[in-house]
Amino acid sequence: MSVLGSMMLLQGGGEEGAQAAGAAFEPFVPGLILLLPLLGFLTNGALALAAGRRAATVARVGGEWELPDSHRPATHTLPSLVGPGVLLAAFAVVLVNFTRMLGVELHEPVVVPYWTWIVTGTFEVAVAMQLDQLSMVMMMVVSGVGFLIHVFSVGYMKDDPGYPRYFTYLNLFVFFMLVLVAGASFPVMFVGWEGVGLCSYLLIGFWFKDRQKADAGKKAFIVNRIGDFGFLVAMFLLFVTFGTLDFVPVFEAAPEVLAYGGGLVTAVTLFLLLGATGKSAQIPLYVWLPDAMAGPTPVSALIHAATMVTVGVYMVARASMLFALAPVGSLAVAGIGALTALFAATIALAQYDIKKVLAYSTISQLGYMFLGVGVGAYTAGIFHLMTHAFFKALLFLGSGAVIHSMHYALHHTHKPWDAQDMRNMGGLRRALPVTWITMWIGTLAIAGIWPFAGFFSKDEIIWYAGAAATGPHAAWYTLFWVMALATALMTAFYMTRMMVMTFHGANRTGEAEAHHLHEAPLTMTVPLVVLAILSVFGGWINVPAALHDGWAGLFGVLPMGEGLHHWLEPMVGPATEVRAEHVGAFLEAAPLGGGELAWAAFSTTMAAVVVATAVCLVRGWRIVPATEAGEPTAGLKRILYHKWYVDELYDRIVVRPVAAGSRFLWRVIDAGLVDGIVNATGSVSRAFGLMGSMIQTGSVNTYAFILTVGVVLILAAMAL
Amino acid sequence: MITEALLLSAFLFVIGVFGVLVRRNAIIMFLCIELMLNAVNVSFVALSRVVGIDGQLFVFFVMTVAAAEAAVGLAIIISIFRHYESVDVENFNLLKW
Repeated sequence: MSVLGSMMLLQGGGEEGAQAAGAAFEPFVPGLILLLPLLGFLTNGALALAAGRRAATVARVGGEWELPDSHRPATHTLPSLVGPGVLLAAFAVVLVNFTRMLGVELHEPVVVPYWTWIVTGTFEVAVAMQLDQLSMVMMMVVSGVGFLIHVFSVGYMKDDPGYPRYFTYLNLFVFFMLVLVAGASFPVMFVGWEGVGLCSYLLIGFWFKDRQKADAGKKAFIVNRIGDFGFLVAMFLLFVTFGTLDFVPVFEAAPEVLAYGGGLVTAVTLFLLLGATGKSAQIPLYVWLPDAMAGPTPVSALIHAATMVTVGVYMVARASMLFALAPVGSLAVAGIGALTALFAATIALAQYDIKKVLAYSTISQLGYMFLGVGVGAYTAGIFHLMTHAFFKALLFLGSGAVIHSMHYALHHTHKPWDAQDMRNMGGLRRALPVTWITMWIGTLAIAGIWPFAGFFSKDEIIWYAGAAATGPHAAWYTLFWVMALATALMTAFYMTRMMVMTFHGANRTGEAEAHHLHEAPLTMTVPLVVLAILSVFGGWINVPAALHDGWAGLFGVLPMGEGLHHWLEPMVGPATEVRAEHVGAFLEAAPLGGGELAWAAFSTTMAAVVVATAVCLVRGWRIVPATEAGEPTAGLKRILYHKWYVDELYDRIVVRPVAAGSRFLWRVIDAGLVDGIVNATGSVSRAFGLMGSMIQTGSVNTYAFILTVGVVLILAAMAL
Repeated sequence: MITEALLLSAFLFVIGVFGVLVRRNAIIMFLCIELMLNAVNVSFVALSRVVGIDGQLFVFFVMTVAAAEAAVGLAIIISIFRHYESVDVENFNLLKW
């Protein structure tokens, strides 16, 4: 972007924002939030190009690529500063805006327009940022957790030849992610939506020389395109109905324009849901996320756990007004969420790759968030999104530290073992104490043990799913509630299984390798510790009122009861009112009786029991290294190990028919019909030309004769 | 009187056409073309009796153009002769497909 453009960005923030807010909330250069990661992208991009030239030179003239720390070229030291630096600065700007917003009562979103993007007829789209409570929460998570993961990456990716390229993509991702959550209209959101998809593709296939990894990137991109189709159709429908795609006017007009439960709003919400299932890895489009683990582990933490995959939830919460008007659409969201949560949890029970366990766990937790926003508890969905960003980023980064250590050890002894297979690990707690403790915190958080963050957020979702069972579609919601409870228990089990297999028991890496196992460097452990702290205390910002004064809120000691709920009230309040108007407010009742506190106590006790049982159970297993183990043969375990054969099923019913159809179009229609017509045109012209050229003999007498005959004929014709 | 002149013109013209069609020698063909031009000149002069001085005037144009054409044509024939050592038009058949 030019200097002029950046000037416009900076000025636009101060003036326009103040007008829109009525001088109540004054945004602090919000353009800077987007501009900083973009600058980081450009700087690192230039360094990556320079590094590429150097690599080419090294390849040509020979020489050592792996240099000692002190001799690293600037292209490999500057990104360590620029990459995390711009994120820290952006986070600081977000914080300033957040504190300013904290101080005022803000009931309307502040829209900061920068320039007009599209004008055609009555359709007008401005490039504008929307600053409100919801986008503020998302920006805090993205820039804050993003910064920690950038710091972790400095340690994790240090020795990779593509180091500057890595930070280029990562900064670009954060830029698009912030565009997505800060955009003030559907098209701007869509730009971010597509941009993060692109960066996801680039980062999954970061080690593109490995065919399998490059294919995983392609798979993610193509599956996401199916979802994007839904998003686009929903946008077209909204434009036809409202004549605009800006968030504020659309959601304001929605209750009057759209009939409650009408076909139009149901169609819009279902198409939006299709878009969300693609990006957020829900059934039926979740299959790309486990494969996306081919990317570097910090990428899995940032993109495929903490931020990008949660945008479906953000989108539903953003368009909560539309979903509140569409009970069937909401039911579908909740149903898909509950089904995905349960389904992915079962697969996670039988995986051996540490990242695969976490990947399916992410899909499962995303299912919880969908269930939350589907039943109308938009705050609960966003709350779980936030706490999940903390503990899942922690767990992924922890697994990154484990893989880093394993890889280092196996690399040193040249043992061709899989560094990610948990059957090859065991007893790592002695070598990686910090990783071990922080990951246990993350595990307890995701399992929903009081008082860790996951307890409050997950419990709220389960509670609201139960409370929704008092309204219409009661049978369905009761089913979802039971599924959510079952999933919670499975979560506790597979997470504990992962922890025990990785960190406890005897070491299975082998004598020589165990020697080389080591704790990660400071750049990696510090983010782990910070995220662990957030995973403990992150849930305290939204302790439900029913729990606040009881034991679960330490008898009122935990601060900020329902803090997030009140904070997001201006954003999701109107939708909640619409919902309450038509189906009644949430009752303080669960399908089987009992209050919120009782059920919270029940689920956390059950989770704790499962964790304890799992520890004892898994410790008793006889685990052998992956090379000796082979595939599980027992019935259910085998099905789960093969992920219910969904990839194989999709291969049969989607991939192969499409490939066969494409081959038909290629061989028969294109090569046969289309090329045939084109070639026939050529051949016919050629034949005519050949005949015509017979007349041209080159003999002057012939020409003269033809000329004379022609003249005589013309004269004869004139005479007649 | 005009009839005879026009008959003479037609007779000369047909001789010219016949010569161009049957002869192979480029110079003879060239002479025949000149013959055709001058056959037309005869009819111009003859018809000027009826339609006025324009016909005779036009003859001068034809003669001028014929002179220029002769210069160019003879130059071409000479350069072809230098190449082939012959002026038989059967040899000049390269300009075709």
